Amino acid sequence: MLKKTSMISRRRVLAAGAAGAAVGAFGFPAILRAQPAAIKVGVLHPVTGALSYSGTQSRAGALIAIEEINAAGGIKALGGAKLEAVLADAQSRPDVGAAEVEKLNEAGVAAIVGPYASAIALATTQAAARHNLPHIVDVGTVDQVVTRGLTNTFRFSPGVSKIVQSGIDGLERINNAAGKPVRTVMLIHEESAFGTNTAKALNDELPKRGFEVLETIKHANPTRDFANIVLRVQARKPDLIVPSNYYNEYVLFTRALRQQRVQVKGIYSILGGGASSYKFVKEFPDAAAYVMDCNHWFDPRKAGALALKDKTEKAGLFFTYEVVLNYNAIMYLADALERGRSIAHDALNAALASSTWDKHVLPYGPTKFVNGQNTGAQPAITQVLDKDIKVIYPLEFASGNAVFPMPTPRG
Amino acid sequence: MLDPVILLPAAINGLTMGAVYALVALGLTLIYGVLHIINFAHGSLLMVGLYGAFFLYQAGGIDPYLSLVLLVPALFGLGYILQWGVIGRASHGSDQNVLLVTLGVSIVIENLALYFFTGDTRTIEAPYAFEMVDIAVARVPLPRLVAFGAALAIAALLWLLMAKTDLGRAIRAVAKERQGARLVGIDVDHIFAMSFGIGTACVGAAAALLLPMFYVSPHVGHVFVLVAFTVVVLGGMGSFIGALLGGLIIGVTESLGGLIFGETFGQLAIFLIFIAILLFRPTGFFGGRPS
Amino acid sequence: MTMRQGLAGGLVLVLALMAPLAIQSDFWLGFLITILLFAAMGMAWNILGGYAGQFSFGHAAFFGTGAYATSVLHIALGLNPWLGLLVAAAAGGTMGLLIGYLSFRYGLRGSYFALITLAFAEVLRILANTAGFTGGGVGLYLPLNIGVANMQFAGKAGYYYVALGLALASILIAWRLERSRLGAWLAAIRENEDAARALGVDTFACKLAAIGISGAMTGVGGWFYAHYYLYIDPEIAYGPGVSVEILLVAIVGGLGTVLGPLLGSVALHAAGELAQRLMGDTPGLNLIFYGVLLVVMVRLMPDGLAGLVRRWMRPAGGTQRA
Repeated sequence: MLKKTSMISRRRVLAAGAAGAAVGAFGFPAILRAQPAAIKVGVLHPVTGALSYSGTQSRAGALIAIEEINAAGGIKALGGAKLEAVLADAQSRPDVGAAEVEKLNEAGVAAIVGPYASAIALATTQAAARHNLPHIVDVGTVDQVVTRGLTNTFRFSPGVSKIVQSGIDGLERINNAAGKPVRTVMLIHEESAFGTNTAKALNDELPKRGFEVLETIKHANPTRDFANIVLRVQARKPDLIVPSNYYNEYVLFTRALRQQRVQVKGIYSILGGGASSYKFVKEFPDAAAYVMDCNHWFDPRKAGALALKDKTEKAGLFFTYEVVLNYNAIMYLADALERGRSIAHDALNAALASSTWDKHVLPYGPTKFVNGQNTGAQPAITQVLDKDIKVIYPLEFASGNAVFPMPTPRG
Repeated sequence: MLDPVILLPAAINGLTMGAVYALVALGLTLIYGVLHIINFAHGSLLMVGLYGAFFLYQAGGIDPYLSLVLLVPALFGLGYILQWGVIGRASHGSDQNVLLVTLGVSIVIENLALYFFTGDTRTIEAPYAFEMVDIAVARVPLPRLVAFGAALAIAALLWLLMAKTDLGRAIRAVAKERQGARLVGIDVDHIFAMSFGIGTACVGAAAALLLPMFYVSPHVGHVFVLVAFTVVVLGGMGSFIGALLGGLIIGVTESLGGLIFGETFGQLAIFLIFIAILLFRPTGFFGGRPS
Repeated sequence: MTMRQGLAGGLVLVLALMAPLAIQSDFWLGFLITILLFAAMGMAWNILGGYAGQFSFGHAAFFGTGAYATSVLHIALGLNPWLGLLVAAAAGGTMGLLIGYLSFRYGLRGSYFALITLAFAEVLRILANTAGFTGGGVGLYLPLNIGVANMQFAGKAGYYYVALGLALASILIAWRLERSRLGAWLAAIRENEDAARALGVDTFACKLAAIGISGAMTGVGGWFYAHYYLYIDPEIAYGPGVSVEILLVAIVGGLGTVLGPLLGSVALHAAGELAQRLMGDTPGLNLIFYGVLLVVMVRLMPDGLAGLVRRWMRPAGGTQRA
C-alpha cells in the first residue's frame, strides 16, 4: 500500500546518505564518491486533517515520479544526480503549510511541489517567494495563485477560470451535437472557494450560450442530507444538473437523486464529479452510469498515462487526478533541471518559466508559461461509459463518444 | 418560487434526519447529564463505531443492523475503559482537565483511524439502501425509517434503564449529588464509567444505523457532533425524551428552514435555536434544575 | 515582584529582543512567532476563562471578527494595517461585549456559557460564508505589498517583533489586571459568584469587562494573523480549530496565571514539533503522539505548567488553587 511508497522518508534518506559518506571516508567505492549530491525536492501536501485523502494521493503521485526518474539515472545534465523527496505535511491548514515551506527551505530543497488546496497554496507560494524558492503548484485551481506576480510560482495545470470556460464550451458542443436537448440547468455547489467561483462563472456565462439557470443551490461542507435539495430539483425539473462539490457530498447527492428516481437529461459536473473518480465508478456503478465531469484528467491515448495508472493501482490506490498532476509536476521539474543544468533558484525559476516540455501525460496543448501559468493547460470532459471513465472532449483526446442525453430510465 | 407541495415531504425528511441526530445525541446527553462534562471525544467514538460496522460488513459480510449485536457491547467496553482508565484518572476530576483529556483522546482516535485506514471515504451499498417507502406524499429511504424507529426504541430503553433499574437509580443519584452518593456507598468511579460506557454504546448503535445511509472517514465525527450538542441542550441535559424531541425539532427546522430560506439558513437556524434556547430556557424542554 | 523575578524577567526580555539576531533560521523564527501569537491569545482567553472562571469555546468569534474587520477595511477602503490594529481590537471587543451582554444578562454559566460561545462562533462562520463583503467561502486575499508602513516585512524579524509586542502587552495587561480591583472581583466571581454578588460586587459588569478585554485582545490576534498570512476564509477565521487551540494554550499553561499561556504555548508548539520530528512522515503518527502527550501532560500537571512551576518554587507545599 501507500506505506511502501512513502518509505523514502526523510530520516531514511539521511541515514543512507550518512552511511554513504562513511563508506566514502574509508575510501573504497570510488564510484560512490563520484556520485553527485542528491537534489532535494520538497513534497508538501495536507496528508493529515480534512484533506488527508487528496494529500496522500498527491504525495503518492510525486513519489512515483521521483522513483522513476531515479531508476532512469537521475538528472543527467547534473551528472546523474538523484532526486530526494523531503516530505512535509500541511495538516490541511494554510499556516502550517507556510511553516513547512520554511522547514523545506532550510532543508535545502531545490523546489517545492504541492500543496493540493488553493487556500494552502496561497500561503505556501507566498512563503516560498520570500526565498525565491521555485514552487510548482500541483492543483490549487484558484486564479489568485498565479495572478499575484510571484516569480517563483508555476502551475502546470489549469486554473478555475479555464476549467469553467472549457466546461461550458464542451457542454455547448455536446449539446449542439445532440440537437440541443438541454436548455434549463440547475447548479448545486459547495460553499468554499472552488464551488462558489465555479457557480459564479457558470451564472455569468451559461445565459450567454442560451442556457437558462433555473436555480443555484449552495450547500455546506459537510452536508448531512441532500433529500431537500433533491426535492427542489424534482420541483424545478431541470434538463441538466451541474454539481460542483467534494467527493463525500457528491456521493450523498447522487445517492439521493437515485433514491428519488430523478429523471434528467444529464448530470454534468464541473470539478469533482463521479466521472473523474474510479472509486465512485467501482463502488456505485449504477449511479455513475453516464455522468459527466469536466476536471483535471490524463490523456488516455498516451502509453505513459496508462503505465502510471497501472503502477498506481498495483500500489493499491485509486488512480485519481491528484496522482497524475503530482507525477506530472515532478516530471516538469525534472525537465527544467535538465535544461537549466542548475539547482540555483534563479536558474531553476528561469528554466521552469521558459519550459516548452511536452512529454507529459495530460490532454494539454503546447506548453507555454505566462506569469507562471501554463497556457496550454486545459481540463478534459469525461463520461462514465461501460463502467469505465472515457474522455469525450476535447475531441482530439477522446477515448469514447458522448452518450447524451443519458438514456432513461436509470437505476 | 416555492411549491407548497414539497413542504410536507421536506418536513418528513427533516423528521427522519432528526431521528439520526437524536440517535447520536442520546449517548451524549447521558454523559453530559451525569458527568457534567462536554465530551469532545463523542464524534470520534461515533467514527469508531462507523468503521466497526463498515469492516464487519466488508470483511465479515455482516449486515450493519446485525452488527448492532457486536458493536453495542464493544463500544460499551471501549467507553467504560476510556472513562475508568484514561479520562477519570488523567483529569483528576476537574472540568477543564476533562475537556483537555477528551480532546486529546479524540485527536488520538482520529489519527489512529487515519494511520490505519487512511483518509479514504468509505461507503457501503447495502441491498436495501434504495428501498423506498411511501409515506403520505413522501418517498422515504428504508434505512431512514429504520433509524427513526430505532431512535424511539433506544430512547425508551434508556428511559426504562434510568427509571426502573438499580443502576439507573445509582446513575441518577451520582448525577444529582456526587458526594452524597459516595457517602451512601455508591462506587462513583464505577458509575461514571458505566454512564460513559452506556453513552458510548448508544453511539455504537447510532453508527450501525447510520452507515447504510452515510459514509465513514476519520473526520466523520465532526459532521454530527455540534448538532448533537444542540440537540442535547434543546432537550435538556440528561433527558432522553428531550434528546429525541430535540433531534426531531432540529431536523425539521433545518429541513424547512433550508427549503424556504436557502440551505445556508438551514445550518444557521440550528445555531440560532441553540442560542435562543440557551438564553431563554437553558435547562431545555425537559431538563431538570439549572446547574 | 521580587528582585530576583525582576532580574530573570529582564534577562528573558533581553534574550527575546535579541532572538532574531541570533536565529538565522526563518523556520524557527516563524515557530517563535506562532508561539507568541498564541501566547497572546491564550492570555486573552485566560482573562475570561482563568481569572473570571468563564470558559469560552468560541474565541474564534473574536479572532475572526478582528481578522475580518481589518481585512475588509484594508481591501475596501485601503485602511492602513497599523490602524487596523485599533479597528480589530474595537471589533473584537464589541463582539465580546455583545456576546457577553446576552449570555451574562441571562445568567449563563459553566458549560452553558461554553456552548453559547461555540454557537456564536458557528453563526459567524456561516454568516461569513454567506455575506458578500467577506468574500464568502472564497475568502479574502490581502494584496502583497511589502513595506513597513503597510505592515509587510521582507523578513520574519519584523513580524517577530510585532508578535513579541503583542505577547508582552498581553502579559502586562494580565499582570495589571491581577493587581487591580477588577482582578480581585473577578477572582471572587470565579470562586463563588453568588457570594461575590452578596458582597456587593457588580458581577455582571465585571464579567462584561472581562469578556470585552478578552475579545479585544483576541481580535488583535486575528489582526496579526490576517496581515501575516495575507489570506483568511470563514473556516480559518471562525472555525472551531482556532477556539480549541487558544483554550488549549491557556489551560495547559495554567489557569489564572500571568505566565501560564506563554508556557502553554511554548509547551504545545514544542510538543507538536517534537511529535513531527520523532514520528517522521507517516500521516497521523505525529498527531497520535501529540494527543498522547496532551493527555499525559494533564495527568502529570493538573494545575498546568504554571502550577508545576509554582510547586517547584515552593517545595514545602505552598498554597494551591482548588
